[in-house]
Amino acid sequence: MAVPVAFFAVFFAYPVAAIVARGLKDDSGWHLGRIAEVVTAADVRHVLWFTTWQALASTALTLLVALPGAYVFARLDFPGKQVLRAVVTVPFVLPTVVVGTAFLALVGRGGLLDELWGVRLDTTVWAILLAHVFFNYAVVVRTVGGLWSQLDPRQEEAARMLGASPAAAWRRVTLPALGPAVAAAALMVFLFTFTSFGVVQILGGPTFSTLEVEIYRQTSQVFDLATAAVLTLVQFAAVAVILAVHAWTVRRRETALKLVDAAATARRPRGAGQRALLAGVLATVAVLILLPLAVLVQRSLDGGLGYYRALTHEDGGAFLVPPVDAIGNSLRYALAATAIAVLIGSLAAAALARRDAGRLVRGFDALLMLPLGVSAVTVGFGFLIALDEPPLDLRSSWLLVPLAQALVGVPFVVRTMLPVLRAVDARLREAAAVLGASPWRVWREVDLPLVRRALAVAAGFAFAVSLGEFGATVFIARPDNPTLPVAVARLLGRPGELNYGQAMALSTILMIVCAVALLVLEKLRTDRTGEL
Amino acid sequence: MPPSLPSLLSLEGATVRFGGRPVLDAVGLEVAEHEIVCVLGPSGSGKSTLLRAVAGLQPLDAGRVLLDGRDQTGVPAHRREVGLMFQDHQLFPQRDVAGNVAFGPRMHGASKAEQADRVRELLELVGLPGAARRSVAALSGGEQQRVALARALAPRPRLLMLDEPLGQLDRSLRERLVVELRELFGRLGTTVLAVTHDQGEAFALADRVVVMRDGRIAQQGTPLEVWQRPADAFVARFLGFDNVAGATVTGTVADTPWGKLPVPEGAPQGSRTVLVRPAGVRLVAAGTGLPGTVTARTFRGTHVAVHVQPGGAPRLEAACALRDAPGVGDAVGVEFDAAEIVVLG
Repeated sequence: MAVPVAFFAVFFAYPVAAIVARGLKDDSGWHLGRIAEVVTAADVRHVLWFTTWQALASTALTLLVALPGAYVFARLDFPGKQVLRAVVTVPFVLPTVVVGTAFLALVGRGGLLDELWGVRLDTTVWAILLAHVFFNYAVVVRTVGGLWSQLDPRQEEAARMLGASPAAAWRRVTLPALGPAVAAAALMVFLFTFTSFGVVQILGGPTFSTLEVEIYRQTSQVFDLATAAVLTLVQFAAVAVILAVHAWTVRRRETALKLVDAAATARRPRGAGQRALLAGVLATVAVLILLPLAVLVQRSLDGGLGYYRALTHEDGGAFLVPPVDAIGNSLRYALAATAIAVLIGSLAAAALARRDAGRLVRGFDALLMLPLGVSAVTVGFGFLIALDEPPLDLRSSWLLVPLAQALVGVPFVVRTMLPVLRAVDARLREAAAVLGASPWRVWREVDLPLVRRALAVAAGFAFAVSLGEFGATVFIARPDNPTLPVAVARLLGRPGELNYGQAMALSTILMIVCAVALLVLEKLRTDRTGEL
Repeated sequence: MPPSLPSLLSLEGATVRFGGRPVLDAVGLEVAEHEIVCVLGPSGSGKSTLLRAVAGLQPLDAGRVLLDGRDQTGVPAHRREVGLMFQDHQLFPQRDVAGNVAFGPRMHGASKAEQADRVRELLELVGLPGAARRSVAALSGGEQQRVALARALAPRPRLLMLDEPLGQLDRSLRERLVVELRELFGRLGTTVLAVTHDQGEAFALADRVVVMRDGRIAQQGTPLEVWQRPADAFVARFLGFDNVAGATVTGTVADTPWGKLPVPEGAPQGSRTVLVRPAGVRLVAAGTGLPGTVTARTFRGTHVAVHVQPGGAPRLEAACALRDAPGVGDAVGVEFDAAEIVVLG
């Protein structure tokens, strides 16, 4: 417990506090009057309203589209399932900037829909909502589906024998069991869309702006640190409220679930209903996820392999190194970030899962989620101004980037591990303790084997968000060591078709790196569950 | 308990409260080395909590647990060197049979070779040689029970505790296993503290029976003592005796709702509770003794249990030979046999 707390104090609370202080304090003391000024301004209120309703709409839409997907991936068996599960996760790790660009290429001016039917969505909020669904589909499928695949189907059968219709059995038995996972997924989606940055930046134009976009604009374009600090606090407060509500709903629903081997619960689709559902989900995946990715690849290949070849050359402009070096940097950083996130997250989840965990510890549960809600821009900038003097001078250390990335990875690890850890029968742990296992060995011998699947999923998420992390990394990655998303953004930021093409090519590489990494993870998962 | 044997386990005023309600209420209990003690009680009487408190899984709100005379307060479960076999076994689903049995020795730092020896030895002992590589999910209920026993015995615990050891098994298997267990524990010299709600199991397994009620010990003694002289109406009813009623005892006569009953000489005098064993209720032709009507008859294998409703008195259960048993609705007379009547308390 002490390790995660210290980690968050030093690498999260301290940098964020430092940057807020920088904005609201000068030699003559604190200027808290700025808070009221900024909050009551009409344009800020407008931003706040838009941020909230688009996040709610995006969350509802994502759940609507992705819950059938979660069912299909959890309970149905079909050829190519593993590959497809990796594929739907790819959007999640793409830099938001690339997602925005891909959708622009699809629904924007001169985009695919425009060319075919003259349909343009980039001036409407629909482009943002669709991009958010594209981005968060995997969150719901993996979080909810992961648990769903391990629920004992006999529970539903028991309800059927007691006279419940299939729909009633699902609603009264499966849905309540899935509740915490659905709530966790919905919360994640809401947080991501509430703090959405790259997507809104590109698709929103001047009309639509979220808090995060506004913070970025105030920090790096207007250089109004005071307004940025106030907006950071506002976002912080809003996120704190959301997390409190979430903690409350989850606590009300905690139940010990009977988990079984996921491999035993999936069946070939039977009957017209299941086949139609499978077809529907596959069609959704094709249109919503494969199409934007395909457009991305197609754009990168516009000039044959020319854009890819250009990546290996130093152009002396945007980079000190060939852009292709970014692949190695990204992988190295992401692996380190994953290791940190899994370690810190597992320790925190294990502490939180204890039945005798007190109020204080449970409060920490909510605090762990804050890095997801606090502006990444703020965190990255905070790292720069806070961790620059001894004993913590990390400016020149390569660890700075993985540390910032791990910060956003930890909440995923905790959120994924906690429901499963809490569902482990406490008496199994007691059986191990009575046989002479110390608490640490109980965790290693009983919990770990049962939560390996969840751990693999958690590691996958941590790896994915680390690879795709952009808002914080863009501030702290050194010019000679860019990560893939940073390189993409720099290329997009420069004029010219060659740069645009190179950005698309690099995005495609990032996409393939992620897909390969996720496929390895899927493979690992099945190998390990073979032991069960 | 013979005073010459040292106590391996002592509980002194052990108290556990859940939300203010005492689940264990100042329980004092001694278990001698090599003794088999069975705690018997209905569900909710606190018997599982007793085991968990000894195992170190449930902290005490007051009192002490001593093992070999040493206070166990603050000693965590994994250092107490007691074994606990859980009610539903709690075998580790991700390990095979050998992995489950070897778990304890492994936690105690045994080498691979020692672990393998111990697994072979114990599987032999519980009658499952060659099952080492089987998955625990593929075992039958009886086999799971044997593996759970082998796992609990593997680290050579000072005290073995069994929570409803045979609870989920079918009757014939239960009866066979209880004999096997008693024989096995006798051979190994294991000290055992078991809890069960089944008096047949307790009487067959134990050297000494402890009856619990609402977190307190209602009675303890050898199976024979408890069976012959239940301490009070609760124990008598829990043991399956229904012919229990208040009475005033004067000399060898007890004044009960069923009339004046003969009691053995030397019975406690005054206001008491009396128990009439079914064998002491003799059914005779209507017109003699206490008049009543047969309301039910249940075939019990060796005899027929006949329920008789006397006018204005509690129902009586009588044990009849099959050929003598009257039919439902028959009018009968009831007489009593002093040898089968016990004055409690």
